[in-house]
Amino acid sequence: MIDSTNLKEREVAHWAKTSRLMFTHLGIWFFFGFIIHMFVDPLNKMVIPILGFPLGFYMAAQGSLIVFVVMLFVFAKQQDRIDREFDFAEDD
Amino acid sequence: MATEATTSTSDFIKNLGKMYGTYTGGFLAFILLLAFLEQAGVPNKILGYLFVFFTLAVYAIIGVMTRTAQVSEYYVAGRRVPAFYNGMATGADWMSAASFVGMAGTLFLLGYDGLAWVLGWTGGFVLVSILIGPYLRKFGAYTVPDFLSFRYGGNFARILGVIVLVACSFTYVTAQIYGTGLIASRFLGMQFELAVFAGLVGILLCAMLGGMRAVTWTQIAQYIVLIIAYLTPIVILSTMKYGIPLPQLTYGQAIADITAREQGMLASGLATAAALKPHIQPFINYSPLNFFAIIMCMMVGTASLPHILMRYFTTPSVREARQSVAWSLLFIFLLYFSAPAYAAFSKLEVYTNIIGRDLTAIRPWLFTWGELGLIQICGKNAASIDAVVAACKAIAGHPGVVRLQDFVINTDVIVLSTPEIAGLPYVISGLVAAGGLAAALSTADGLLLAIANALSHDIYYKMIDPNAPTIRRLTVARVLLVGVAVVAAATAATKPADILAMVGWAFSLAMAGNFPALVMGVWWKRTTAAGAVCGIIAGFGLCLFYLVTTRYFPGAGVKYFGMTSLLNPATGAPLVDIAKAMALPNAMESFPTLAHPLANKVGWFNLTNIACGLLGAPLGFLVIYVVSLLGREPSREMQAYVDDIRRPRGRTVLEEKTT
Repeated sequence: MIDSTNLKEREVAHWAKTSRLMFTHLGIWFFFGFIIHMFVDPLNKMVIPILGFPLGFYMAAQGSLIVFVVMLFVFAKQQDRIDREFDFAEDD
Repeated sequence: MATEATTSTSDFIKNLGKMYGTYTGGFLAFILLLAFLEQAGVPNKILGYLFVFFTLAVYAIIGVMTRTAQVSEYYVAGRRVPAFYNGMATGADWMSAASFVGMAGTLFLLGYDGLAWVLGWTGGFVLVSILIGPYLRKFGAYTVPDFLSFRYGGNFARILGVIVLVACSFTYVTAQIYGTGLIASRFLGMQFELAVFAGLVGILLCAMLGGMRAVTWTQIAQYIVLIIAYLTPIVILSTMKYGIPLPQLTYGQAIADITAREQGMLASGLATAAALKPHIQPFINYSPLNFFAIIMCMMVGTASLPHILMRYFTTPSVREARQSVAWSLLFIFLLYFSAPAYAAFSKLEVYTNIIGRDLTAIRPWLFTWGELGLIQICGKNAASIDAVVAACKAIAGHPGVVRLQDFVINTDVIVLSTPEIAGLPYVISGLVAAGGLAAALSTADGLLLAIANALSHDIYYKMIDPNAPTIRRLTVARVLLVGVAVVAAATAATKPADILAMVGWAFSLAMAGNFPALVMGVWWKRTTAAGAVCGIIAGFGLCLFYLVTTRYFPGAGVKYFGMTSLLNPATGAPLVDIAKAMALPNAMESFPTLAHPLANKVGWFNLTNIACGLLGAPLGFLVIYVVSLLGREPSREMQAYVDDIRRPRGRTVLEEKTT
C-alpha cells in the first residue's frame, strides 16, 4: 500500500527527474532559439546542397522551427514516461 | 439521462474525424463550384461575397449548434477536446490577421531580420509545454487569474491578473476586428465601418451562445479554411516556377536568384547602396540586441498570453495537454515555415519584373493595389501606366525605368497579391480573403472569450456574487461578451493609429505581468503571495512605464529618466538628434502626436519598446524571489497543493460545483 513517506519520496524523485528534463529541453530551446542565430554570418557561408539555402538563413526560417516541433512531441513522451515510472500518470 | 448524455458526447468525439473530413471535402467542393461559376462568367465581386458569406454562415451554424447551458462547457468546453483537435483550435486561436496577411510582408521588407518574428511566434510553445500549460490544466482553473488568486492568497492577486489580461488582450482583439474590416473592405469593396460590424456579428454568433465549447469547434473549422487558403496560391506558384509543389523547399533557389539580382541592380545603378537591404544579410533592420530581444519577448509572451493558456484547460488530461501543445505548434509551423516562401517569391517578382523595367512595360497586377494606394511608384499611387509615367517625369533626371528607390509597397499586399502575380483565377484571391477572415475571426473569438470570462468569472462570480445561480452566471458572461465586443468594434472603427504596433506590445506586457508569477508559482514552492503580488506590480509596471514613456512622453523620458536616442542598426548613428529635438517648442508635448520627433525613438540601452518585457520580466523574477525570502514560507497546505499540481494523477485542485 502507498503510505505517506513513500508518497513523499516518490514525489521528490519524480520532481527531480521532471526538473532535469525541463532544464535539458530549455537548454535545447535556448540553443536553437538564440545561440545558433548568433553565428548566422559564418553559417551563411555554407549553402545547403541542391536546395540552395544559406545555412544561417535556413536555420532561422525552418531549421529551428522543425527542432521545436519535434522537441515538443519528444518531451510529451518523455514526461509521460517519468509520470508512469512514479505511478503519477493518469489512467489511460 | 446522465448516461445518455455521456454516450452521445463520446459518439460526438468519435465522429469528429468524419465530421471535419466531410467539412474539408465540402469546402474543397465549394471552391471548385466557385471556380466553375467564374468560368461561367459570374463577376468577381459576387464570388468574393459568396466566399465570405458562406464561410461566415458555416461558422455561425457551428456556433449555434454547440450552444450550451452548462458552466464547465461554457468555460472549458467540458474538458474533453482531444489533443489533436485542440492543437488545430489553438493554431487558429494563435494565428491572427497579422500572421496571415502581415508576416510575409514583414519578411519581404526586413529580409533575415524579419525572421525574429517567425522564431519568436513559434518557439514560445516549448515554454508553454515545459513550464506552465500542463500544470495549469492539472490545477483545474477556468481562467489564468483563477490560478493566481488560488496560489497567491485571494482577490488582490486575482485583480492584478485581470488587469494584465485585459491590458494585453483588449488592444489585440481590437486589432483583429480592424483586420476583418481591412480584408473585407479591400476584397469586397465593402465600406470599412460596415465591414467591421459584419465581422463583429460573425464573432458574436460563434462565441456568444456556446462560449469555449462553440469557439473550439468553430476554430477548428477556421483553421482548415485558413491553412488551405494560405498554402494553395504558393503551392501553385512553386509548381509553375520550379515544377515541385513544395514552396518551402524551392524558395532556396529564389533566394539565390534574389541575391544575384541584388548585385546586378547595384552594378547597373538601379539601386543605391543606401536603399538596398540585402535579403539574407542579418542585423541591418534590427541591432543584434533588438533581434534577440524581440525573439525572447515574443516567445515568453506566448507562454504568458491568457487566451493561449486557456486553450489547454480544455483537454481531457494533463497528458493530452502536453501532446496538444505539440500538435498546436505543428499546425502553426505549417503556416510560419511557408511565410518566407511568400516573401521570397514576391521579392523575386518585384526585382525581376518591376525594377529595371521600362515604365510602360510594368506588369498590370500591381495597378489594382496602386489604385488603393498600397503600391507607389515615384511617390505617387501606381494606379495606371499613365499615372506612373507622369509621376516619374516629375523627378529630375529620372531614367525612365523603375529604380528600387522609386518603388514602395504596403506589406499587406504580399500575400493578397500572390494569386495575381501567379496569374491565377480570381477564385484563388477570394479563397485567400476567406482565409484571412478566418484567421482574424478565430483569434478575435479566443481573445474576446478570455476577456469576457475574466470579467464574468473572476470579477462577477468570484468577487461580486459568489452565490449566483448558473443561469445568471451564464447570462452575465454573455452580456459582458457582447459588451466587450461592441466596445472593441467601436474602437476599431475609429482606425486608431497605433493599433498594429500594440499587438507587439501585448506580448511584452503579458510576459512582464504573468510569466514570473506563473512559473514561480509552479516551480518554486517557497514563492509567497506578497512576493508574487509585488513581482507582478513591479514587472508589469516597469514594462508599461517604458512603453508609455518612449511612445507618448519621450520628452519627459529624455529629460527625467536619462533616455537616449535609439541607434540605426546599419550605421550605428543615432536615429534622432536629441539636443535639437529637445530644443523644439513641442519637445515636452506628449499625448498622441505620432509626429513627435522622438516618439518610439528613445530608450535605455538602445532597446526598442516592443521588447519592454525584457526589462519587466527579470525585475519581476527578482522581486518575487527577494520578497518571498523576506516573508514566512507558504502554509503546509499550499505547499501540498503545489505538489498536487505537479502530479498529473488525481482530481483537479480546484473543484467546481457542477450544475
